[in-house]
Amino acid sequence: MTIPRIVGAGLIVIGVGVGIGRIGGQAMEAIARQPEAYGKIQTAMLIVAALIEGIGFAALFATAEN
Amino acid sequence: MRNPLLVKFFLVSTLFFNAAIFAKDAEMVSEETNTDLKTEIDDYIQHHLKDSHDFSLFSYTDDDEVTHHVGFPLPVILWDDGFVVFSSSRFHHGEEVAVSGDKYYSLYHGKIYKTDAEGTINYDAEHHPTNIKPLDLSITKTVVMIVLTGILMLLLFGGLARSYAKNGGIAKGVGRFFEPIILYIRDDIAIATIGEKRYKKYMPFLLTIFFFIWFLNMFGLTPAGVNVTGNIAITTALAILTFLITNLTGTKDYWKHLFDPLGDSMPWYAKIPLYVILIPIEILGIFIKPFSLLIRLYANMQAGHIVMDLCSFLRIGLAARCHLDWLLPFH
Repeated sequence: MTIPRIVGAGLIVIGVGVGIGRIGGQAMEAIARQPEAYGKIQTAMLIVAALIEGIGFAALFATAEN
Repeated sequence: MRNPLLVKFFLVSTLFFNAAIFAKDAEMVSEETNTDLKTEIDDYIQHHLKDSHDFSLFSYTDDDEVTHHVGFPLPVILWDDGFVVFSSSRFHHGEEVAVSGDKYYSLYHGKIYKTDAEGTINYDAEHHPTNIKPLDLSITKTVVMIVLTGILMLLLFGGLARSYAKNGGIAKGVGRFFEPIILYIRDDIAIATIGEKRYKKYMPFLLTIFFFIWFLNMFGLTPAGVNVTGNIAITTALAILTFLITNLTGTKDYWKHLFDPLGDSMPWYAKIPLYVILIPIEILGIFIKPFSLLIRLYANMQAGHIVMDLCSFLRIGLAARCHLDWLLPFH
């Protein structure tokens, strides 16, 4: 049962990567559009990225052996 | 390399790398022959990720194949029909059975089990021990590091507060290093998310939790190799505290946002079908946020330590196999 686990872990990483990448990209666009709101956008970006990362890690643990 | 900054960075990072791995023990040198590589790596990593009953700084094997452990023992406190207190040096790093009165205990994979005088551990079909596990309230490595960090923070920030009062609010000494960090938390985290009006009430908690996690993460990089924030019990405790504080001090607006997120934007009968979906999601959200963050910190630190241990295992395992003794300090 190793290969399905590895494929699953890869899919999770793809999903988390796309998610955090989109957040980062959109935040950059937002900062470019409104540089004065830099602080607020950055904090919100970090929080959402952290939430996605947390769920991603939880899913990765589910694919781990033992 | 033409870039002097890059060279410096490279040199400094190798220094840190060596410092991080010099502490990793060379004890597998003597036991490498009877296990296969996968379990060997597994044991090595598990040994360094887990909490332990003694504070071992490093261990080495001398010319007579005797493994020496350098470090100090910590008190073991057990609840087994009354408190049982003894020093963890009685376990001799898990090699011997500890005697306390008429009770016998032995260490198995970092956990304490009640055994007979010979220290026999019985296993079930899945190779899990079936011995009685007394309630373990020991002062372990993690607890020591938490208390040390607490004392360090009390002394450091207490001293900083006094120095600010004496110098009329001007940073001096180490305060010049910490002031920008504290200002970042105040301006970019507290004021930006909580708002000018109420942020002051939360500053002590935010600063405490920030520096607690930061200091412990930094200590995790030192050769002492403590993995405190990579312990799910610690992150759970932090998450429960945060959950209680956010919900108990939540204002009217906070609860209004939870149970009436749309406000006056539409008539009440239009809100009903939306709220059937919205309110459960909002209520789930207050639990999911701390949960997700606790998993995140735990998994990040755990993963980081696994990578660090793998790097140091590469070096030690290679040196032991190829007889490259100069690669092994303390050997």
